[in-house]
This record gives sequence, C-alpha cells and structure tokens, in this order.
Amino acid sequence: MIPLSAYVALSAILFMTGLIGVLIRRNFIVVLMSVEIMLNAANINLVAFSHYLNSMAGQMSALFIIAVAAAEAAIGLAIIIVIFRGKMATNVDQINILKW
Amino acid sequence: MWLLFIYFATVSVVAGVLTVSLRNAVHCALALLTLLFHIAGLFVMLNAEFLAAVQIIVYAGAILILYLFVLMLMNLKTEEQHLHKKHSYLLFAGMGLLAELLILLMLSPYGGRMGSATPEVVLTTGPSHAVGITMFSDYLLLFEIVGVFLLGAVIGAIVLAKTPAKTENQEPANFPTP
Repeated sequence: MIPLSAYVALSAILFMTGLIGVLIRRNFIVVLMSVEIMLNAANINLVAFSHYLNSMAGQMSALFIIAVAAAEAAIGLAIIIVIFRGKMATNVDQINILKW
Repeated sequence: MWLLFIYFATVSVVAGVLTVSLRNAVHCALALLTLLFHIAGLFVMLNAEFLAAVQIIVYAGAILILYLFVLMLMNLKTEEQHLHKKHSYLLFAGMGLLAELLILLMLSPYGGRMGSATPEVVLTTGPSHAVGITMFSDYLLLFEIVGVFLLGAVIGAIVLAKTPAKTENQEPANFPTP
C-alpha cells in the first residue's frame, strides 16, 4: 500500500517545477503550460486525499479545477493572440504595455 | 503497486522538468502531453477512473490541442535565449521553497475526518456512478455555476480574439477647407 505522503511529495515536486517554469521562462505560452503543471499537481493532491480519507469531495474539486483550467487556457491564449497581433512578441519581458 | 507508482511518478516528474526546460515550445507541449497521460495513470491507481478519462479527454484532447493550434498559428522561431537573464536566482529560490515544502510535509500528520465513501462502497457501484450521484446531488449548484462560468469564458475568448473592425478615417466635420 502506497502511503499518502508519497502522493503528496510527488505533488509538491510537480508544483514547484511548474512554479519555477512560471518564473524562469520567457515565452508566454510556456508560462501558461507551467500553470497547467501546477493545476495538475493540485489535482493529484485532491484525488489522493479523496481516496485516503474516503470522501468524494476531492474528486469533485478536481473536476471543477479541470473546468477552470479549460477556461483559463481559452482566455490566456486569446490574450496572447491579441498581444501577438499588435506587437509581434510573445516574450513576457517584451510585453510591458501596462508598465507605468 | 509500488512499481506502477514509481513508474508514473518518475515519468511525470521528468516530463514536467522537460516541459519547463526544453527550448522549442512545441516540444514543451509534447512533454506536457506525456505528463498529463501519466497523471491520468495515477488517477486510475487512486480509484478515480472517471477523472482519469476526463483528464485524457479534456486536458490532453482539448486544452493541449488548443495550445498546439496557437503555437502553430504563431509560427514562432526558436529563440536563442529561452530563459530570463537572471534565472539562476529564481531557480535557487524555487529549490529552497521546494525543500521547505518537503520538510513541512514530512512533519505533517495528515489527519482528517474520514468520510463515508470507503473504497468498498465506491467499488460496489463503480467510481463513475459515485461521482455522478455526488455531482448531481451535493454539488448541483456548483455544477451549474461552472457551466455559466465556462460560457462566460468562451464568450470572453471570442470577443478578445475577434479581428478588430477597420475604423474608417473620418474627417472632422467642421474642418475649414481652404
């Protein structure tokens, strides 16, 4: 039987991988992919706790997180397309329209 | 069981690191695909078959294809510098945070109130049946809210990505003509 802590440790490692990706990558699309990694790490955590604590609530939250991730991807990619059309750039350090 | 877990965990961590570190964005998307499939495998090990199917259909089938479409629409060149200039500091900070997180997790007791959906109860009717019953009884309001939320997100994406209409250069009406 695999202990719960194994799943939680895996989820922590994946979450930090995604966070480091958000921090160090320049391409905006890859930054969004790193956000997807972080959401998946949270999903592993929720499903593992749902299994080990005998409750369905974790699986429900994971389903809703997947729905929210789909919305986030759609909006994020639309924003990238808008910025790319005006500026021809997808690097986060070149997108500084809001910088004052 | 352990062998499967070690396989899924190792491959998903390696795929995650590749997603973050590869230079070409399309390769990053393919590494993310590997990660999603192996996380679906972990869900099957945790008695969440419906969630594994949703993971493959929605994540790998819809969201990732959306990413690939946008990547190929933009036709990006592979850049010389794909990381920030000062990424080593951030990498250090991330590793420190990870170490702290793991230490905290080792110390935590993982206590909690046990629910009523034991594996035996779930497996008698099947996990998908249990998910459906729970979703349409206890979480019905949340389900409807997510539906409206997705509709709003879709409309927002369409409005954002629409080609802007050409604005005609209107001359000022009261401009004195010579």
